[in-house]
Amino acid sequence: MVPVSIWRLRGVGRLMGLAWVVWALGGCGGESNRAVVAGGEAAQGTPGALTEEQIRNGIGPISRVEPGEIDPARVKRGEEIFALKCAACHRLDERYIGPPLREVTARRTPEFIMNMLLNSWEMTQRHPTVKEMLAEYFTPMPNQDLTEEDARAVLDYLRQARAEGGGGA
Amino acid sequence: MGRIASDRWGWLFLALLAGTAVLYSCRTGQGGAGFEDAARAVYVPPGEYDEFYAFLSGGFSGQVTVYGLPSGRLFKVIPVFSQHPENGWGYSEETKPMLQTSWGFVPWDDAHHPQLSQTDGVTDGRWLFINANNTPRVARIDLRTFETEEILEIPNSAGNHASPFITENTEYLVASTRFSVPVPQRDMPISQYKGNFQGTISFIRANEPGKMRIAFQILVPGYNYDLANAGRKESAGWAFLTSYNTEEAHTLLEVNASQRDKDFVAAVHWKRAEECVAQGAGREVAAEYRHNHLGPDRAGHSELLTSVRILEPKDCSEMIFFLPTPKSPHGLDVDPSGEYIVAGGKLASVIPVHSFSKMLQAIRNKDFEGEVDGIPVLRYEAVLAGEVQNPGLGPLHTEFDGRGYAYTSMFISSEIVKWQLGTWQVVDRVPAYYSIGHLMIPGGDSAQPWGKYVVALNKITKDRYLPTGPELVQSAQLYDISGDKMRLLLDFPTLGEPHYAQAIPAEILRRQQAQIYPLEQNSHPHATKGEGQARVVREGNVVRVYMTAIRTHFAPDNIEGIRVGDTVYFHVTNLEQDWDVPHGFAVMGAQNAELLVMPGETRTLKWVPLREGVYPFYCTDFCSALHQEMQGYVRVSPKGADVPLSYSTGR
Ligand SMILES: [Cu+2]
Repeated sequence: MVPVSIWRLRGVGRLMGLAWVVWALGGCGGESNRAVVAGGEAAQGTPGALTEEQIRNGIGPISRVEPGEIDPARVKRGEEIFALKCAACHRLDERYIGPPLREVTARRTPEFIMNMLLNSWEMTQRHPTVKEMLAEYFTPMPNQDLTEEDARAVLDYLRQARAEGGGGA
Repeated sequence: MGRIASDRWGWLFLALLAGTAVLYSCRTGQGGAGFEDAARAVYVPPGEYDEFYAFLSGGFSGQVTVYGLPSGRLFKVIPVFSQHPENGWGYSEETKPMLQTSWGFVPWDDAHHPQLSQTDGVTDGRWLFINANNTPRVARIDLRTFETEEILEIPNSAGNHASPFITENTEYLVASTRFSVPVPQRDMPISQYKGNFQGTISFIRANEPGKMRIAFQILVPGYNYDLANAGRKESAGWAFLTSYNTEEAHTLLEVNASQRDKDFVAAVHWKRAEECVAQGAGREVAAEYRHNHLGPDRAGHSELLTSVRILEPKDCSEMIFFLPTPKSPHGLDVDPSGEYIVAGGKLASVIPVHSFSKMLQAIRNKDFEGEVDGIPVLRYEAVLAGEVQNPGLGPLHTEFDGRGYAYTSMFISSEIVKWQLGTWQVVDRVPAYYSIGHLMIPGGDSAQPWGKYVVALNKITKDRYLPTGPELVQSAQLYDISGDKMRLLLDFPTLGEPHYAQAIPAEILRRQQAQIYPLEQNSHPHATKGEGQARVVREGNVVRVYMTAIRTHFAPDNIEGIRVGDTVYFHVTNLEQDWDVPHGFAVMGAQNAELLVMPGETRTLKWVPLREGVYPFYCTDFCSALHQEMQGYVRVSPKGADVPLSYSTGR
């Protein structure tokens, strides 16, 4: 009993008629049975102006940081992370793929720096300062999968770098 | 349309009228069963997800393909037993050892039966296993990474077909030989097959990643062992296999292996075999075979194993029994309760169903009709639960919906037949296009089926798709089995031949997917952990390039001081830590493909420059707006030149 598709064997008119019947028969709603995309990147595109707070401190999970004393343990950890995940694009004292970073803690708030480390994609999409930087440097800063504690360590490393001072930029 | 000019137009008119009437009735709540309804049932709107992951074997491609159900969309080819140019499997230095065997490097094999790991008889989403048929092996794929992580070769096996079938807590993979051969292999006349050739049933420890081992092999008579299924619930502790060619023919099997009315189902009490082995039964036999696995460094390591434990039926009483079963059975399927053992006798006119409890009773009563090589043969009537009469032609393989029904593929009559457990009555049948082999219900071979769909895995497509020359695509078909009547929803093409498949609710796997390999955990011996570590090192004629890749440059990207006669290893570490940002690597003059490097991992391309010159390398995977800028040069000087080794980026 090898079935043969009769649909191909008849005249065009019959085919059209069949097609119509098929379409009409199928006109009843079927239940939806698929998982809906959870979360995803739906949040990214939220339009609208940023708050003054967001302009100052960036967009992301960090709303407030008490920098306190520079913590040597964090500096050490931050230096490791910087070498592993940041140094491919950033130097302290010269422009490379991205801007030099020795003085970045003077230019930006701690919250801004940590939000950039943790939420670079949305920052690049929405924050006017970062958009301007993209126009200048071309390469958007990738997400490097840092935890908040990692970002805090990098922050202290950058504070220490500024405190130590260095060449140009 | 001015007037009705012919029968044809008259027919069309009636059709339009009928269709409109039906459409109207639909709006008032009457169901329809046309293709629009089917389309709706399989349509996954843009950005939404499928309900199931389905894993189909690639058959002669040697790979596994991953599809979504109900859409039939292809998501991925997981390379297993064959080289795969898409991601460098079997080409990169890290993955070449995964295809090592006792026969050397085997770039292409034949893979048949995917099998998901189980806990308490329920598919748990940890691993997928699959067999290599020609060079007998089983592989383990990790379902967090969708990557083959382990491959174990099986000695004393030929045609590893009845493989791998899993026990209900993933204690063992059961892997048996299709071809009986001299065990151990030796030079002897083929004509002396009968009584001299043997088969083996291997029990492979499977529940510890990186440590797959053959616990023991049972030596069995020289039949062809075809398919298997392990018991569950009350029959946990047992495994069941079909055999054919109990005639022990060695030539023209299509005639000579179809003589007897019944062949055997082998029932193996593996719990009993374990006891015997623990008491020292059997013997350790010399055998060379390989175990390959991806280590924590994500590089393949291949080790040679040198012996295996062999158990004969005489070494362990009450370990194995034969159940007479008509006729040249193929599929062997245990229902979700563990009680019914269904054999697909491909030349039989019935589907025989054995009862596990009757089998135990028959063993207790010693209700035997004979013995073969020390293996008791139980009486057919004593173990039979029932027979499905007139199911169709060529019953092959059965799965279950968990609601008391079984679905058997009929190869010759090209259909799926639905029948009821207990009454053995056929309740529905539906054509398959064409020549269905196996079929698959998600979880339909386990204690917990998700009985919403059945997938037909077809051998022949003929006229189903636009033709593509002599070689046509293979295909699968999706049927809705949620109602009384099976309903064809979708045809979709497959890669290679889909011998068998497994499926699992998407939610179980989706949440556990790895997105990156953490850079800090990269323990590859040639990883470059940060651009500051990028360098080129000469070790005699071997040059190692420790290279990093990040959007959107390589470091180093200018290299000089390489000479003709050197062997260069590009160890490329992808410094990205974001999802979906692989980088590729290709260098001109490479005789061995390219690399594709996932975020956080290191992959190595071996390059032997043959001619002096300056050769470009570049990223082959579009990674950013500046992807076309992601490139570099390597200078090759003549043999003996004194150009110093140097490297740089941005200078
Ligand atoms: Cu790239």
